[in-house]
Amino acid sequence: MESAPLAAITLGGLQALFDELKNQGYRVVGPVVRDGAIVYDDIGAVSELPRGWKDEQDGGHYRLVRRSNDARFGYAVGPHSWKKYLHPPLQPLWRARREDDRMSVEPERAVPERFAFIGVRACELRAIAVQDRVLLGGAHADLHYQARRNGAFIVALNCSQAGGTCFCVSMNAGPKVDSGFDLALTEIAEGGEPLYIVAAGSEAGRKLLSALPHREAQSQEVAAAAAIVARTAASMGREMQADDVKELLQHNLDHPRWDEVAERCLACGNCTMVCPTCFCTSVQDSSDLAGLEFSRSRRWDSCFTSDFSYIHGGSVRTSTRSRYRQWITHKLASWFDQFGSSGCVGCGRCITWCPVGIDIAEEVRAIRESERPSAAEPSGESAAGGITPVKQR
Amino acid sequence: MSMAAEGAASAAAGVAGKPAGPDPWLPRLGRIVSRRRDSRDAWTLEIREQIPQSASFRPGQFNMLTAFGIGEVPISLSGDPAAMDRLIHTIRPVGPVSTALAQMRPGAAIGLRGPFGSGWPLRQAVGGDVLVVAGGLGLAPLRPVLYALLAGRERYGRITLLYGSRSPDDVLFHREIVSWSRRQRIEVHVTVDHAASGWDGHVGVVTTLVPRAQCEPQRTVALVCGPEVMMRLTVAALHAHGIPHEAIYLSMERNMKCALGLCGRCQLQSVLVCRDGPVFRYDRVRGLFAHKEL
Amino acid sequence: MEGLEGIIREHPFFAGLDERFIALVSGCAKNVRFEAKQYLIRHDEPANEFYLVRHGRVALEIAAPGHGALTFQTLGAGDIVGVSWLISPYRSQYDAQALELTRAIAIDGGCLRTKCESDHDLGYEMMKRVVAILVQRLHATRLQILDVYGR
Repeated sequence: MESAPLAAITLGGLQALFDELKNQGYRVVGPVVRDGAIVYDDIGAVSELPRGWKDEQDGGHYRLVRRSNDARFGYAVGPHSWKKYLHPPLQPLWRARREDDRMSVEPERAVPERFAFIGVRACELRAIAVQDRVLLGGAHADLHYQARRNGAFIVALNCSQAGGTCFCVSMNAGPKVDSGFDLALTEIAEGGEPLYIVAAGSEAGRKLLSALPHREAQSQEVAAAAAIVARTAASMGREMQADDVKELLQHNLDHPRWDEVAERCLACGNCTMVCPTCFCTSVQDSSDLAGLEFSRSRRWDSCFTSDFSYIHGGSVRTSTRSRYRQWITHKLASWFDQFGSSGCVGCGRCITWCPVGIDIAEEVRAIRESERPSAAEPSGESAAGGITPVKQR
Repeated sequence: MSMAAEGAASAAAGVAGKPAGPDPWLPRLGRIVSRRRDSRDAWTLEIREQIPQSASFRPGQFNMLTAFGIGEVPISLSGDPAAMDRLIHTIRPVGPVSTALAQMRPGAAIGLRGPFGSGWPLRQAVGGDVLVVAGGLGLAPLRPVLYALLAGRERYGRITLLYGSRSPDDVLFHREIVSWSRRQRIEVHVTVDHAASGWDGHVGVVTTLVPRAQCEPQRTVALVCGPEVMMRLTVAALHAHGIPHEAIYLSMERNMKCALGLCGRCQLQSVLVCRDGPVFRYDRVRGLFAHKEL
Repeated sequence: MEGLEGIIREHPFFAGLDERFIALVSGCAKNVRFEAKQYLIRHDEPANEFYLVRHGRVALEIAAPGHGALTFQTLGAGDIVGVSWLISPYRSQYDAQALELTRAIAIDGGCLRTKCESDHDLGYEMMKRVVAILVQRLHATRLQILDVYGR
């Protein structure tokens, strides 16, 4: 964290931030209320921020409700994440053309669009870092992601409100932002007009902050901001013991719990769409009717579809059981093997937006509990309650 | 407001500082030079690139081949790694893309990316015996190995090819197999699952050939490619024959869209097949065979 | 007789068999040879003999109307041809045809069966060895049924 003194800005200062970012050519995107949810969209004025709203979240449940103050960032996270800008749902890849007998292929240029993200949560910063490793950290960098990512200006936000399905504390991913931002805000909304305590996290952030109307934050304001984040950390809606979850799941690939969850799971793929780290894609080729113009585009895909694992002859994962297992074991276990970290940041979106309320934390707990010898049956003698762990090697 | 942040390092800078190379999603262009039928339902295409690439490929690697307007699929290289002016791919029409590819005539335009993936461990095999076990179209990704082994024949001990196919009509590269066998520089056993009269070769599954291999198990490297079930049972037969698990290599298959490690489709628990494979040492993927639908 | 015993002792099917039993088996054995195309076993005939193949190759076939004879397995040196001699009703279930000049030891199934009945230790040894072959062939058959190289 910066050792420089923290600044304080008002809503007016926040508006100046938006204006300055726009002046510098950034496309400013941030939270707005739309269709009964807080989503990310282009934003020009602070008046467009979700004033006085909070989100009530639980398994399969999301509702905006009024809060008692005029906080602009008094919600947790909605169905969107920043991946819709950095790793968009649809990405044209190339176009080809046949003229006479000659073929030519042209890449779709990676558009160096410069985004300024307003209100990026700690879990979301972590999610961006996770996608950075996947899409930029390997032998082949994704140029489209790279162009967008390199140009991004990030205004992060320390959470003042934990959502009902949040568990970033368990995943060691929040609620306090620690790095990877240009500016970080903490909103103090009690007592009328909100005040924003601002920390700069980069040279670009420091420069921009110095251009805004601001004053030095007073020590009691800094303390109040710290208390807000501490309160958020203490009020997580969910919890997941994450230290050994990789081994736990990898040793339980044939656990009966997968069958139980498959009875509820609709394989709709919502969890993968709202997850800020899910990155899987499919490609689609098309041509004009004359067979002269061709193109390929890439779109988000989900491991819950049957096409996802298709190899000649059929799908590898035909059952819902195997698809849910694939998703959760990838997210929480094999992601470590493949990319060196967990794929879960504890944002809770998959729980909230699951139409039947399947809870990733609860699923992990159920498998963990089954491994624990029950006090009632110290002998561990099979039968009741799935006491005997199902381990196959 | 003149204090612009232009030029100042943002938090994103440096995260992705890798210089932008050529777009790895973009196919190169090539043309079909020849097409020949190599079994009842497999065709071998010879492709010449518009701008020939100087780089060679390692036996076991694959290219992503595009039929324009239809799609792209991974197809292993089945030609001689020493002859790089032509790319050879052997294709069986199964889905729309492989069907379009297999039907391509000389002169047709094709897109290609690659080569991708890990190769067969030829270096580990030097000084010892090599046992190549192929099932069905699995002989295609193993043919470059046989070319490489024959090109450096003196570096290896006994070389044995065990090849299992569905029926005599499905036997791939039939004439070539006969010539390998005749020249006796490698020992060849071919078997088919079933045959009508007229076939005087072996009948029976490929695992039954393993005891016939004249290799010294403790100094043998085994290279296995075929359908997953066939590979699983072959590994058991090889192990029973005395070949340690650490000396057995398999080529795995999963759905692939990018071959770059970016699309996530080829996940197989802890590995990405395109990035970490397709060739794996058996002990690395052994645990995966115990579970269905991974 | 000594020559036969040696061959039987060396054959994988009888590997490790007690000397006493080798002698009993040898008492039911004789040397045979088949020219190419000659049948060792005919479908549905009494399974009077089974064969330890020494050289050559033998096809196991089932005749299918319209398809001729379908070969489902070929056997060679070290294999045995014929298992029905030990299992009631002692009738062959398929044809076995020599694909080339084949030398084998023919063992009289009825003779050995009688010895197995009077000495169950021998019977158990024979049963174990035949079951092992049946299981091996069952596994192979499963793999064939899966038609793993098909679409």
